Amino acid sequence: MSVLEVKDLGKRFDTLQVLHGISFSLEKGEAIAIIGSSGSGKTTLLRCLNFLEKPDKGTIIVNNNVIFDAMDAATQKESEVRKKRLHFGLVFQNFNLFPQYTVLKNVTLAAEMLAKERPDYKQNKKAILEGIQENGKRLLSQVGLSDKLDYYPHQISGGQQQRVAIARALALEPDILCFDEPTSALDPELTGEVLKVIRNLAERNTTMIIVTHEMNFARDVADRIIFMDEGVIVEQGKPQEVFDNPKEERTKQFLARYTEGK
Amino acid sequence: MNQIPVIISRLSESFLINCRLFVLTLVFSLPLGLLIAFGSMCRFKPLRWLVRTFVWIIRGTPLMLQLIIIFYGPGLLGMSMTWPNGDAGRFTAATVAFVINYACYLSEIYRGGIESIPKGQYEAGQVLGMTKGQIFFKVTLLQVVKRILPPVGNEVITLVKDTSLARIIANKEIIMMAGEYSSKGLIWPLFATGVYFLIFIGVLTVLFDYLEKKLSYFHA
Ligand SMILES: Nc1ncnc2c1ncn2[C@@H]1O[C@H](COP(=O)(O)OP(=O)(O)O)[C@@H](O)[C@H]1O
Ligand SMILES: [Mg+2]
Repeated sequence: MSVLEVKDLGKRFDTLQVLHGISFSLEKGEAIAIIGSSGSGKTTLLRCLNFLEKPDKGTIIVNNNVIFDAMDAATQKESEVRKKRLHFGLVFQNFNLFPQYTVLKNVTLAAEMLAKERPDYKQNKKAILEGIQENGKRLLSQVGLSDKLDYYPHQISGGQQQRVAIARALALEPDILCFDEPTSALDPELTGEVLKVIRNLAERNTTMIIVTHEMNFARDVADRIIFMDEGVIVEQGKPQEVFDNPKEERTKQFLARYTEGK
Repeated sequence: MNQIPVIISRLSESFLINCRLFVLTLVFSLPLGLLIAFGSMCRFKPLRWLVRTFVWIIRGTPLMLQLIIIFYGPGLLGMSMTWPNGDAGRFTAATVAFVINYACYLSEIYRGGIESIPKGQYEAGQVLGMTKGQIFFKVTLLQVVKRILPPVGNEVITLVKDTSLARIIANKEIIMMAGEYSSKGLIWPLFATGVYFLIFIGVLTVLFDYLEKKLSYFHA
């Protein structure tokens, strides 16, 4: 059974059709890497999945529930969107940590606020909040930042900030974790530590969609590669197939540009 | 020369009018400015247009003129008794004029502050399932406060000095009081008023420096 099924997703900005009927599915525990040149619609696709943009065509199905259908306004109610987007986590290219909170608080803030909606919050407040703290610390140790809990974002490096952002996204236990070029804003010497964390997540069978320009990383970590160009999925398959034996001319051209040292 | 203590005490008394006007203006204009800021960012175009036009008019005309219009305007339009009789009426009219004027200036500062917060902050909150209210209060508000603190401090300091404009509708604030002496040939009380303003503004400067330090623990 697929965790995620995207069917015929389309998105247009004014006159610019950015996504033309994107369809793909994702199995539980699977990691997909999406590659493609800049402007091909990768970010827009992730933003649609996370309800930051509203697609004008298509459906999004998570665990066999239709959570978005462009033809059915009932699936687009503002009040429910907030709950639905919790199926997804998103790690942004430029981290977007909350500057006024410590590393630990960045990770726990959203969970603390969601906990207030629990019916047993009043009775068990202390235990619930302690649980959230513990979980936050566990996640930060998982990304190797146990010694930075009380630092503020501006006091740590970009690589460390992105690792905090990953822990923050994991804190709400999304079904699908999305990464939008998680290392593009980093100095080259800092990309390794972030990729290592994502690799580690893949080893734990985290269900992920990773938009990346790190081809070697994609080949190693992803179970499947999707190549996008001009708003369509041109080709998808196992890393070996797509990288070593691309079928489509556009894929070949794109990969050629990348291997000749960009 | 025993009139010195008398003059000082009369100056001090009249400075209380400046102080009262200052406090009342802040108490009402700080929150009202936020309301106007939301209006000027409203997605509903007619309202946004209306609010922005109003702000433009208030910022585009002298406060002194606004004081006169607000105090005399209602009477000229045949609405007598808008303001209570005597000193109370003059002071109320001055307060209303100051509140409106400062709320408009502050609203522009608020708007600039709110609009300067990167979109990514809102989106990070949204993606984490926060409500609009939670995002405003828990994510953006403190960042906005940090950014607008210096310009708001400037505005507040300007307000201290502006309070003496209330004399234009015959509020007996400190400069008007000193003016009564200078018109009789005694000039030093007028110079002495400067000391009152300097001390008041000195205290405010220290306060704002303190607040800015308090918020310097993070970068935004
Ligand atoms: N909010 C927007 N308004 C208008 N055009 C947009 C917007 N967001 C993205 N686009 C356009 O959509 C296209 C795809 O952008 P994007 O999804 O960011 O591509 P990628 O992430 O693959 O580089 C680009 O041409 C971009 O300029
Ligand atoms: Mg992008």
